[in-house]
Amino acid sequence: MIKLKINAVPVSVEEGSTILEAAQFLGFPIPTLCHVEGLSPYGACRLCVVEVGEGARSKLVSSCTYPVEEGLRVRTASARVVRARKMILELMLGSCPQSKIIQDLASAYEVRQQRFKQEYETCILCGLCARMCTEQMMAHAIGFQGRGDHRTLGTPFNIKSEKCRLCGGCIYICPACQLRCTYTQPEKAICGGCANLSPPCLEKPNFDDMMCYMSPCVACEIKKD
Amino acid sequence: MNPTSVLPIVEKYNNRRGSLISILEEIQSQYGYLPSEALQVVADRTGRSLVDIYGVATFYKAFRLKPRGKHLICTCLGTACHVRGGPSIAQEFEGQLGIKRTGETTPDKEFTLETVMCLGACALGPIVVADGHYFPNVTTSQVKTIIGRTREGLDKIEVQKDKRIFPVEVACPRCNHTLMDPDHLVDGHPSIRVTVSFGEEHGWLRLSSLYGSYTIETGSEIPMGTIAHFFCPHCHAELIGASNCMACEAPMVPMIVQGGAIVQICSRRGCRSHMLDLDATAVT
Repeated sequence: MIKLKINAVPVSVEEGSTILEAAQFLGFPIPTLCHVEGLSPYGACRLCVVEVGEGARSKLVSSCTYPVEEGLRVRTASARVVRARKMILELMLGSCPQSKIIQDLASAYEVRQQRFKQEYETCILCGLCARMCTEQMMAHAIGFQGRGDHRTLGTPFNIKSEKCRLCGGCIYICPACQLRCTYTQPEKAICGGCANLSPPCLEKPNFDDMMCYMSPCVACEIKKD
Repeated sequence: MNPTSVLPIVEKYNNRRGSLISILEEIQSQYGYLPSEALQVVADRTGRSLVDIYGVATFYKAFRLKPRGKHLICTCLGTACHVRGGPSIAQEFEGQLGIKRTGETTPDKEFTLETVMCLGACALGPIVVADGHYFPNVTTSQVKTIIGRTREGLDKIEVQKDKRIFPVEVACPRCNHTLMDPDHLVDGHPSIRVTVSFGEEHGWLRLSSLYGSYTIETGSEIPMGTIAHFFCPHCHAELIGASNCMACEAPMVPMIVQGGAIVQICSRRGCRSHMLDLDATAVT
């Protein structure tokens, strides 16, 4: 067990866990958009910044990628941390103003201004969808491409990938995009068993065993019977 | 493209870690770009997923997923070139070629237009690089000239004007009889006439007397890569020296240059190896 102090409270956590895991387990709230249990930590959204160290030598680190150390002093909500988070949220709100998750977070952190041009993107490049696709759905169909401000997520050559089973895991996990279940266009859609009385997965054999994130969903149950 | 031609490249690296960029570089040097089929083959053979390989191919600017045109025109849009009017130069190129500056290629596959974010030659700005040739202080009125000159070929050497190319007069090293044929001109200068044989064929061969020019005329076409035997048309001795070509190991053909030097040319068709030895006085 590693002993450290989070917000001046002495705690001991298991070796190898990250600050974020430790803090969330012990009930210190740290907001994050790119960390989901079951997926590898990535450190993309930077919302989980915390302050480690003391005095002039303290620094901001992303808690989702920082393993706990003996004697570490962590502050999860210092003025510096909150200021940094507010700035990150304001920037995210500039790029994806339509995301409800980001709006809610910004509201919770009392971001009351919008100094940046709104760009109406649908992606904050957190990479959750790519990790979901690779690590949980075992498809490895989407990933990062390009770089700099041309960096996007997608399938190779932006055409339908043979590896994609249309499971919808990427859309399910995305904190920013507004893609809804498009069951009226079955070729492009995830199953949509929730909203559709005759979902396409019922009629088409290629929707068998697609490991849809809805599983177990209505359609699968109907099919089994 | 034939996907099997990529296989030896991928297999050469034996699926070592960190070899992906080398594989892609080699494929690009073969095709000039990265065809999608080739990326699929790389993915299948290395066991990586196509999306990872596509990610690497799109991350590095050195990799291209579309074929490039014959000529590459690159306008600098770095800070110094930008304030001196780089964007209007790029715009003029776009207008005249009818393509966008983001790496598009004209439909006739002649020109590709790109921009660069600084060439380090800021004092010469706005600067344009066409096929590796730098054009400094470009104005919009020069754009048409640059396109025209690039289309003709900036690397073309003008035989008449180039100082590295000069005429020589040669003689047979055995009988010292001149080999020059003033009645038959090659490259506008008297030609060097010898007789050649290769395989079952015998015939004549006229070489350009310009040192550095590779123009030849033959009675019967010599296939590329064939080693020919050269003979003096006067004494019929074989023109063969002791030394072999540095590049391809074929025997070198010596000829005496008037004024006391020996020029040697490679006897293999297509090999451009040649040398001028100013100190040599006799054929060894």
